[in-house]
Amino acid sequence: MNTTDIVTVTNLSKEYGDFTAVKGISFSILRGEIFGFLGPNGAGKTTTINMMIGLARPTSGTILIDGFDAVKKVKKAQSIMGIVPDESNLYDEMDGFDNLCFCGSLYGMRKDEREKRAKELLEEFDLIKAGKRPFKAYSKGMRRKLTIAAGIIHEPEILFLDEPTTGIDVESARQIRQLLLNLKQRGTTIFITTHYIEDAQRICDRIAIIVGGNIVANGTVPELMESVSHGHSIQLAADKDLEPLAEELQAHFDGCIVKTGTDHTVTLISKEQIALSPVLQYLDSRGISVYEAKELRPSLEDVFVKVTGIEAIELKKEKDKGGMLK
Amino acid sequence: MKSWIAFWSILKKDIKNYYLKPPNISWGIIFPLSWTLMQMIRSSGGVNLSEIREMLPGLMAMSILFGTTSMLAVTITFERKGRSFDRLLIAPISLGTMVVAKLSGAILFGIFNAFVPVIFASFFVDLAGIKWGAVLLTVFLIAITSTLLGLMIAVSAKEVFEAQTFSNFFRFPMLFLCGLFLPISELPIFLRPLSYLLPLTYGTDMLSGSIIGRSMLSPILCVLVLLVFTLALFTLCQYNIRRKWFL
Repeated sequence: MNTTDIVTVTNLSKEYGDFTAVKGISFSILRGEIFGFLGPNGAGKTTTINMMIGLARPTSGTILIDGFDAVKKVKKAQSIMGIVPDESNLYDEMDGFDNLCFCGSLYGMRKDEREKRAKELLEEFDLIKAGKRPFKAYSKGMRRKLTIAAGIIHEPEILFLDEPTTGIDVESARQIRQLLLNLKQRGTTIFITTHYIEDAQRICDRIAIIVGGNIVANGTVPELMESVSHGHSIQLAADKDLEPLAEELQAHFDGCIVKTGTDHTVTLISKEQIALSPVLQYLDSRGISVYEAKELRPSLEDVFVKVTGIEAIELKKEKDKGGMLK
Repeated sequence: MKSWIAFWSILKKDIKNYYLKPPNISWGIIFPLSWTLMQMIRSSGGVNLSEIREMLPGLMAMSILFGTTSMLAVTITFERKGRSFDRLLIAPISLGTMVVAKLSGAILFGIFNAFVPVIFASFFVDLAGIKWGAVLLTVFLIAITSTLLGLMIAVSAKEVFEAQTFSNFFRFPMLFLCGLFLPISELPIFLRPLSYLLPLTYGTDMLSGSIIGRSMLSPILCVLVLLVFTLALFTLCQYNIRRKWFL
């Protein structure tokens, strides 16, 4: 195991009768990073997370968490984990403060210690006023935040979150993203599954894409994007139609592919870096003013579509239904 | 130390969230009371006070059996359905500690249930001569074995209604087979071996010996058999939990 790895998963498989949910996957998580797990419904994400946290037993393979065999010494591994499931599963009848204290006690925190920490977390998560209200009276966003607070009350070294921003309002989702980034800054390693590609792109250092029980892509966001990139692209928006100049541009800028658009735009694609000033000078000499220039980069969604084969339109439909890529 | 903090916290949470809720307290009082009144009103329509002491062992055993099995099976199934039970499964405490913490609440509830008919009876008949130490030990052992039966149901049930149905499936035959209503010697001969496979048979016999001075088995044998049932059921429950709750 690399000394900077906090989690090392090797050849992990899970079979349910004839069905293989996870097919010998391997990956590692670096200490202090946010690692994202993306995949469509039934890809094996929840099965993987359940095996990592000790709720499911692997059919084969190993999981090392901070050096401990998380299958054989599950309780030892669980002592450094925080777990936030996809559904907020605290106790409806208990208030926010008591829920947090109860969760702290499960990790052996003393009364004074857990009460102090519960107060701190309620304050940090902007739930002080709701602290004495029963959990069942919380809004979805508040439930989510309190569930995350419960997952970190014992200050775990690694936090597992299953779909943390699903089904909550935009403001709560933004707050949760910020809270996760704050936790990362304090040194907590975070493993997150999300169906929001934008979320993954915004907060994850590295991402693994899982389909049909196999990891089909794994790397940092720039690495993944590089894998679908065909080179460098710049797009220019001008004050005139550029179609008549397309062939001339193609001839002048040898090695570039030139594509003109209907809205006075032109895109130059090249395997090499494209210098902008010669292009601008050339267009200026033809009496064309450029008022916008931008570099086009592939998005994580492009990567996802490429490696999973799921079209963007299907992605959007699933997203609208609220259950995409879980 | 850390396990004790978690153990105490789970027990306290269950008592506060489930057993001390007004509907359960009233159920814990009304249910044994109803059994008592039902038994007191005989076919002649009158109330036979002299038989209250005779009925106490059966009433206490029934109260424990129904109190413990209902509560534990329902609360665990309820928590599993709401997935709050997963919090306990993923906590860094041993499965045994967690199970014992969950059982303890139901055992205490069963003990409370057992003494409702006793308190009621104390207003009508003289309870002198009862071996209270033996009664307490027996009540405790019946509560443990009945709670473990409730846990076995909880492990198999996915829904609360399933837990209730499973409970009745074995509770009612048990009442008739353990010598509560009909002495075992009067049961059809082919049913008698079944009676000796039920922990309640030994508990009821011990209670009869301690309260009315009539028993068919040695109290030491009954204690030993109940301890064996406790160990066997606890081991079986742990095995089933590992098989069914950790997929």
